[in-house]
Formats: sequence, C-alpha cells, structure tokens
Amino acid sequence: MSKFGRFLAASVLAGACATSAMAENSFDYAFQGSLKGLDPYTLRETFTLGILTNVYEGLIKRGPNLEILPGLATSWEVIEPTRWRFHLRKGVKFHNGNDFTAEDVVFSAERLNSEGSDMKGRVPVDATFEIVDDHTVDVILASPNPILHYEWELWSIIDKDWAEANDSMRVTSASDTAETTISLKANGTGPFKISEHTSGVSTKFEANENWWNWDNREFNIDTVNFTSISADATRVAALLSGELDMVYPVPTQDIKRIDASSTLSALTGPELRTIFLGMDQRRDELLNSSITGKNPFKDIRVRQAFYHAIDAEAISARIMRKQATPSAVMVSPFLLDNADQFERLAYDPEKAKALLAEAGYPEGFEIRIDCPNDRYVNDESICQAVAAMMAKVGVKVNVNAQPKAQFFAKILASGGYETSFYLLGWTPGSLDSHNIFANLYGCRDDAGKGGQFNIGGYCNPEVDALAKEILVENDAAKRLDLVTQAYRIVTDEVGYLPLHQQGLAWGVSNDVSVAQRADNVLRFEHITKN
Amino acid sequence: MLAFIIKRFVQSIVVMLVVGLIAFVMFRFVGDPVDQMVGLETSIEDRERLRETLGLNAPLPMQYWNFISSAAMGDFGTSYQFKRPVADMLGDRLPATLELALVSAIFALCAGIPMGVFTALYKDSVLTKLFQAISLVGISLPTFLIGILLIYVFSVQLQKLPSFGRGEVVDIAGWSTGLLTVSGLKALILPAITLGLFQMTLIMRLVRSEMMEILRSDFIKFARARGLTPRAVHFGHALKNTMIPVITITGLQLGSIIAFAIITETVFQWPGIGLMFLQAVQDVDVPIMAAYLLMIAFLFVFINLIVDILYVVVDPRIRIEKA
Amino acid sequence: MSMNKETDEKMSVIARVLDSDIWYSFTRSKVTMVAALVTFLIFASALFAPIISPHDPFDLASLSLMDSLLPPAWNAEGDPNYLLGTDDQGRDVLSTILYGSRISLAVGLVSVAFAAVLGITLGLVAGYMGGRVDAIIMRVADVQLSFPAILIALLIDGTVNALVGGMDRERSAFTVLVISIGLSFWVQYARTVRSSTLVERNKEYVQAARLIGLHPFLIMLRHVLPNVMGPVLVIATINLALAVITEATLSFLGVGIPGTQPSLGTMIRTGNDFLFSGEWWITFFPGAMLAALVLAVNLLGDWLRDALNPKLR
Repeated sequence: MSKFGRFLAASVLAGACATSAMAENSFDYAFQGSLKGLDPYTLRETFTLGILTNVYEGLIKRGPNLEILPGLATSWEVIEPTRWRFHLRKGVKFHNGNDFTAEDVVFSAERLNSEGSDMKGRVPVDATFEIVDDHTVDVILASPNPILHYEWELWSIIDKDWAEANDSMRVTSASDTAETTISLKANGTGPFKISEHTSGVSTKFEANENWWNWDNREFNIDTVNFTSISADATRVAALLSGELDMVYPVPTQDIKRIDASSTLSALTGPELRTIFLGMDQRRDELLNSSITGKNPFKDIRVRQAFYHAIDAEAISARIMRKQATPSAVMVSPFLLDNADQFERLAYDPEKAKALLAEAGYPEGFEIRIDCPNDRYVNDESICQAVAAMMAKVGVKVNVNAQPKAQFFAKILASGGYETSFYLLGWTPGSLDSHNIFANLYGCRDDAGKGGQFNIGGYCNPEVDALAKEILVENDAAKRLDLVTQAYRIVTDEVGYLPLHQQGLAWGVSNDVSVAQRADNVLRFEHITKN
Repeated sequence: MLAFIIKRFVQSIVVMLVVGLIAFVMFRFVGDPVDQMVGLETSIEDRERLRETLGLNAPLPMQYWNFISSAAMGDFGTSYQFKRPVADMLGDRLPATLELALVSAIFALCAGIPMGVFTALYKDSVLTKLFQAISLVGISLPTFLIGILLIYVFSVQLQKLPSFGRGEVVDIAGWSTGLLTVSGLKALILPAITLGLFQMTLIMRLVRSEMMEILRSDFIKFARARGLTPRAVHFGHALKNTMIPVITITGLQLGSIIAFAIITETVFQWPGIGLMFLQAVQDVDVPIMAAYLLMIAFLFVFINLIVDILYVVVDPRIRIEKA
Repeated sequence: MSMNKETDEKMSVIARVLDSDIWYSFTRSKVTMVAALVTFLIFASALFAPIISPHDPFDLASLSLMDSLLPPAWNAEGDPNYLLGTDDQGRDVLSTILYGSRISLAVGLVSVAFAAVLGITLGLVAGYMGGRVDAIIMRVADVQLSFPAILIALLIDGTVNALVGGMDRERSAFTVLVISIGLSFWVQYARTVRSSTLVERNKEYVQAARLIGLHPFLIMLRHVLPNVMGPVLVIATINLALAVITEATLSFLGVGIPGTQPSLGTMIRTGNDFLFSGEWWITFFPGAMLAALVLAVNLLGDWLRDALNPKLR
C-alpha cells in the first residue's frame, strides 16, 4: 500500500512538473540525426557542431545569411600578413560563472589540435597564439591565410578552468573507458544552457539569463526540447499532429502537405551542398564494368556524353520536386560570386550517343554506380533516375545503393576508393572554394595523399598550382579571378558531373518564426514563438 | 538431475561464446566504424591513428578474446559513437523496451485469449468472422506499415495519441518508467498495439485450435456427462488445459517480441535498445551491436534453459538422458 | 515387381486424394476455395508477368521521369496507359506489382525450400544420431532462435556486400534474403522431424533393417518423411506467408531488394514515403496485393493444418 502511495505521489509530482512546463514558452523540435555527445571537438559534423553553438560560442558568429559577425571577439585585424589580432568581448561569463579570457582561447586552440580531436586544422596546426592581454589575442601564421576565421563560428571556446577541474582537458575519444564530464555536460558562454541530455535521444535547453547579449536578445523562448526522430514519416507526423513546433529535414514530397495545413508552413531554401556524380579517371580499367583493358572515363568525350545524357532539370523538377537548383559548378552560387558565368552542358541524348560512338562505344557499355541511400535528399532515387537516363543512350548503369556506413567504407581512401562511378555531396567546410580544389580536384596518389576526397582521381597540375595561389592570396578581386580560372578548367574538362544544390526544407508551425540558414544550422537565438 | 542442469548450463555457455564469435566476425564487414566516427574531412593519418587506438588493427582472435573476456565481466566497452560505456547505455535504454514488450504481451494475451475462446465456442457467429478477419490483418501486413497507418489515423488525423517517443517518464531508482504518467501511458498505446498485433493473432489462433481439440477430447465429454455447466466445462476444464501450450509459446515469443521491437521502435522513435541497435548498425557502432546481440542470445538461452529444466521438474516421465 | 508396386501406389494416391477427407473438407470450405483461387491467380499472374503486364518496369530505357507520380487512370489527372498510376520513377504501378510479386514469391519459395531441406536433414541427423551430434544441432538451433530473421539479414547483408563487392546488388540482395530468411526458419522443421525420428528410431523395423545390413538412415528417411510430411507442409505454407512479410519488413530496414527491380516489399517501403503527401496509390496497391497473397496462403495453411489433424476430424 505504501508502495502504491509512493507511486501515486510520483505521478502527481510528474503531473505537476508537466503543468509547470506548460507555463513556459517552450520550443519543441526534431531533427533526423541525433546528438551523440556534447564535447564540441569530438565530431566534425555540421548538425552536432551547429546545435552546440547555441551553448558554446566561437570567436566569430554567422548571421541568418551566413554573414560574418562578431562573436566572442568584438573585432579583429590583420596587423601583418601573417599576424592577426583578435579583440575579445569583455564581461562574458561561462555558464558556471567563470570569466571568459584570452587564456580560454589559447587553451581551446591547443585542445582543438590535440590528439583525438576531430576538428584539427580548423585552426591551422602551425599557428601560434599569443596572449597580448586578458582580452586580446594574436595569432601568428606560417603563411598568409585570408580565410583563417571562416570556420570559427563552429569552433567552440571552452573554459580552461572548468575543463581542468572536470578532467576534460583531453578531447573525449572513443577509446576512453571512463566517461568524461564534457561529453555529458556543457559549459559554454552561449544564450542557452543544457539542462538535460540523454545521449542519442533528446536534449533539453534552457535560456541563459546571464548571456552577454541578453538585453538585446531576439528570442522569447525559455526552453528548447530537441528530439531525434530518424524515420521520415514519423517526423512529419509529429509535426502534422501538432506535437512539435518544428521538424527538419522535411522529405521533398511532404512539403506540399505541410504547406496545405493552415497551422504549418514549409520553409525551403537552397543548401550549400552540391550533389554530383564522380567518374573514375585514374584506374586503367574500370571496376564493375563491361569494358576491360581500358577506362572509357579517361576519354573526355565519354564524360561529356554522360553529362549530355543526364537531365538535371528533370531530376530537380520530379525527383526533388523543385527543391533543388541544377548547378554547372561544384560549388553553391552563395559561395561563388560569379557562378552564373558557368552553364551546364545541354541535355541532349542524341549528342551523347554521338559522342559515345565517336569515343568508340557505339553500343554503350555497362557500369555500376555506387550510391548512398540514407545520406542525401532522395539519393537513391537520383541514382535510379540516372540509370534510366543513361539507359536511353545505351549505357547500362547498375545501381548499387547502400547505407552510408557501407558506402563510405568502400569509396573513401580507407576502402581503396573502390568505385568507378558514384554519387556524392559536398559542402566546403570553410565556405570557400579553396576547400573544393584541395579536396575534390587535387591530384592524389593511390593512398589518398593529395586530394583525399578526389575519389575519381581527376588530376590537372595546373589546377593544383592555382589552388596553391588561391590559398595565400589576400586580395579579394585577384583571388576571385584565380578561383574562376580554376573552375573554368575543371568545368571544361568535366572533372565531375555536377547535378544540383539540394534544397533545405524545414517544417515549421505558424506560431514560431525561425531563421533558416543555408548551412542547415538552427540557432535558437533567432526563434520567437507566440 | 543436477548433472543434467550442469550439462545444459555448460552447453548454454558454449552457445553464448558461439553467438559472440559469429557476431564478432560479421561486424568486420558491416562497415568501417572509423568513417562514422569522424567528419568527412578528417585526414587519413588521423583515421589510422584512431583505428590503432581502438584496437581495430589487432589480429581478429585477439580482438575476440579482448571482447569476450571483458564482456564476461559485464564490460562491453565504450560506444564508438556516444563515447559512453555500453553497459550504462543498455541500462538507460532497457526499461523503455521492456515496458513496451510487457505491455504489448499483456495486450496480446488479454485480447488474444478471449478472442480465441470465443471463436472456438461460437464457430459460426458473425463476431467470430470479424475477430478472425482482424487477426488476419495482423499477420498480412508488415509491422512497419501497420505502425505508420496507426500514426496516420490516431496522431495525424484524430490527433489523439502521440506519434513518437515515450511521453513524460518518471525515474524510480534508476528505472525510467512511462507507466505512471498520462502522457507516458498514451505514448505506449500505439507502439504496443503495433508490436502486439502479431502475437495477439498467434495466441488467438493457438487458443482457438487448442480449445477445439480439447473440446472434442474424451475428458471433456466425461465432464459434460457428469452434468457440469457449459461454463464450468469451457473455462474450468477446457481453457485451463489450453493455457499450458499458450504460456509456453508466449514465453518463447518474448524473444521475437524483442526482435520485432526493432521495427516498432524505429517507426515510433521509441528510445529503447532496438532503436539503439538499429542506429548502431547504421553507424557501425560495434560495441553496442555486440552487446545487444549477446544480451538477446543470453535471454534466449536463459529462457530455453529454464523451460527445459521446468519440463524435467514438472514431468518426471521426460528424461532427456538416454533411456 | 517393386516398380509395379510403386506405380500402383501412385495411382492409388490420386484415387485416395479424390476420395479423401482432405478433398472433402476442401470442397466443403468456401473460404478455402476462394483462398486457393486467389493464391492460384497471384502465382499465375506472377509467373506470366512478362506476358500480361502492360509495361516492362525493369527496362530502364522505357522509363521517363516526366511520367512519374501519375494517379490511377480513373482519376482526372490519370493516364489510361497507366491503370494504377505510376511511382516516383515513372514506373507503371500495375506492371511493377506483377513483376514485384514474382520477386517476392521467388524469395519466399526459395527461402522456404532452403529452410525445409536444411531443417529436415538436420532434424533427421539429430534424431537418429542422438548423443553429442543431437546436442550440438539442437544447441545450434537455440543460437538460431536467438537470431531472428531481421538480425540475421542485417548482419548477412553487410557481410555479403563486403565480400562480393563486384556482384551487382540485384543478385546479391536476393541471395542475402534467401539465406537469412531460410536460416531463421529451419529450426521448426528440424524440431518436428527430430521428434518424429526419435519415435521411429527405436521401432522394430529399424532394428530389423539394421540386422539385415541396410543402412538405417535410409530406412528412417523412407519412414519418417511420410510421417512428417503433413506438419512440414503446414509449416512450409505458413512460412511462405511469413517469408513474404519478412522480405517486406527487411526492405524497410534497407536490406531488401533494391529499388531498380522492386519486390512488393520494396514498393511498399518506397510508397510509405508518399503516404502523407497524397500519392497513396504507390503504396496502397502493392500493399493490397501483399495482404491478399499472405492472407490467402495463410488461410490455405490453416485449412491444411485442420484437415491434416486427425483429432479435429
């Protein structure tokens, strides 16, 4: 009986908690992926880093249109080409009450490049940090770097004293046997604190009244409840049923349904990620192909034929339901000022056939395309559509769609680049084109030295030379000119076959307003709810 | 007797070792854990270093030995993805799955038995036809489709029941339960029906056929002849005798409930071990996969062992030893 | 002499069937006859899919994205060319269902056959040999039970894909499904056959056979098999239905037949994504086909079990 009494008390208590939660202005949302740990240096992945920027902050910040804004640094200047000076914000406190000082920046930089960190290189490994005073830091570089701070929004600054006190100096690593505090608890400077975290399931945030910008805050919510919902249908259902204020991503086909609802709307916009097809131009004989003894993709006419055979407009209109923008370059027009100079090769199956015949394949050939089926928007459907389009010009494409775990295990350097035709998506982490020339177009050897993600092995020394120049060029106009030259070469040579920039789709209740960023990051500080 | 139990116990341990070995060998091929642990842009050298620290470069027998020897001590290692001890994570997630399994089993029994009895007694009733039709739906549609349809009707259209998660949970001595709150109970309804429908069908059909068989047996004829009321005959004698196979089968179905919970938990985003396992497969989180499989194997072997021992205890005629 | 006897036996089998209780109970049950008819129709349409279906959905060159997502023909926006509408790739839903049920049935039949052969063999061996062999086989069965089809498929799929990377997925997926579904079903056959074998083992004719130098195993096979044929048939029928459902479930988990040559399960899984967006036909028609097939086969299985159960006559 007394046991029952205790149960009863517990449930009454729970009921009371539920009602008190109702009184607060709470924002409940779900995302496809989950938040696995809270250490901001353990996984370089946009969602994880993005959600943590509500709790931790970087020296810079990016606004709703990804414009660079002051963050924990109020301003910065390049004193010498290789010396940058950052002026830090004064009066900022971490959630535990500690002051934010230059020491924390230096500590965070060291931790970022330490063993086990997945964020290495976000601060150049050979950069040194010098404390000028408590709120000024100099960064000394080995070579000029105009985009030094581009990725620093997602470089969270950690409190040195707290890390020391909580045995969190080292980056949490999977080989750890004991749990580290920092992977379960967070102590940042940001507008929200984490009040409850269940790894992989849900996370509760509450507003931080001691935030340095509290008086000028845009948001009016007190708590945020994040849940991971991996199944598309369930996620959409949770929004349609009114249980959540927002879900993302919304599958392309459900956008119409959400827009049709009087209480919901779909926020859509272009994402920075470019979806493209890669072709093996390195091997002497293609894998999984009917052609033996030679590699058709080494012939530019074959690459052009593939380009002409694929109707990117149809894919964007039908498969993507207009939630994609066909692209002629391997970068989003957001990140390249003169992207409109480039044009896609026209959809022309007849020309494709002619080019194939000219290259010596009048009957076409057979090849396998490797494709993820749980990574990009409608990835498997795109591959199937590509197979159907190629069939019309006589090329038999076998679709091998796999979960991302198996897909990446095979096609990346660690799997020996085991593919000859594949679909991949790429967002330059630095939001700058250099990243693309280095990673996707840079010549590589068999082990992956060089352009590590240049899976097809495209190689043009001229492009490599341009990439080196781009990296150190501080003058914006000259830099753009070099970038354009390089894109011109790789586009003319059909190094890759760009398809489109996929769209972002967030399903949002009409009661809330959010700022949708092109990198798919949701910042709580822009949320208002009626 | 003791010798038999010891023998079966030793066999059970061998079974567990084999399961561990099979699981272990297969994990080598599910994907590369390292690719899932780091961002796309992480360098080859860093990946290689991580592989080394995780012990993934060690020879396979060595890895197996390390895994089994620590698993025997209850240490399943640290999750690659969550960087938390797997044993803790299983502990956190287990209550959700067990509550779901329990409620769905209760649903299956409470709905299945009466329906089975009714359909056996009134073979030509309209209600019987209806029950049989409902029960056949349970085995004619894949679980995931049933789940989605339930969500569509009860969450999206009627907006009566939640479409995901466990609702409010209360923590009692480390066991998080959803049975004590209204939202927790509401959240249980749809997943429990989805998961239990198949078992309900099974039980209903089992009860029906057992009942029909027993009702024709001599001992029921005698009972009738003795002038017992139909009620006493049906429930006192017939149903009582049906319950033995029903309980046996239900016990053995527990494992399949837990396996099918993978689907149900995925559809309803139910934070149990099934969902955790499926996500671990996608992320190649080997320690979680291994621990889950070992746990399931342990459960089965344990149930089997108990059933075998019970048989010997209950029925002295069964001597599995050579005659 | 013995040849003659066998012919006589065969003749009398047919006569016995027509004269039997089973046939009688079949003709008495309308539900069973309908179920048999439906099963027959589905099998026939699957078999003759290439002849009767209006389009060839597996011929990629004939697909056009511009024809995608058309509603059924009776709808205002429908196209009479596509009676039941088209899916997201522009495949004719009707034709895809016919071709898809072909694949689903093939997966079901082959995996059930695989399970039955494996199970019967192991059951006989276990029952006859007894002792250590029996213990090993039955413990393996325990292990097997602890790996439901879903888990096996997830693991085997990964393994197969890694091992035979060069093979195309359409073929490897079929193998994976057959092996994993088959592996999860054999235990039932083995247990049934084993217990029947245990009963027969000590009978006099087996001892006698041993005395006259015949290998007892052959004798067992001849005597045990007919005894267990009834239960085995029942298990096989119900397993067939279960295999088709399992195939569909597995495709939900991403280890089913790939989308370029969809099975019923793959169609339902893809269609699932279009359930909320109003394109119901992509999942409804394959779902209805699957339900009809599974239902019919299950009803046949039920009837078979009752008809073969002497206690219920």
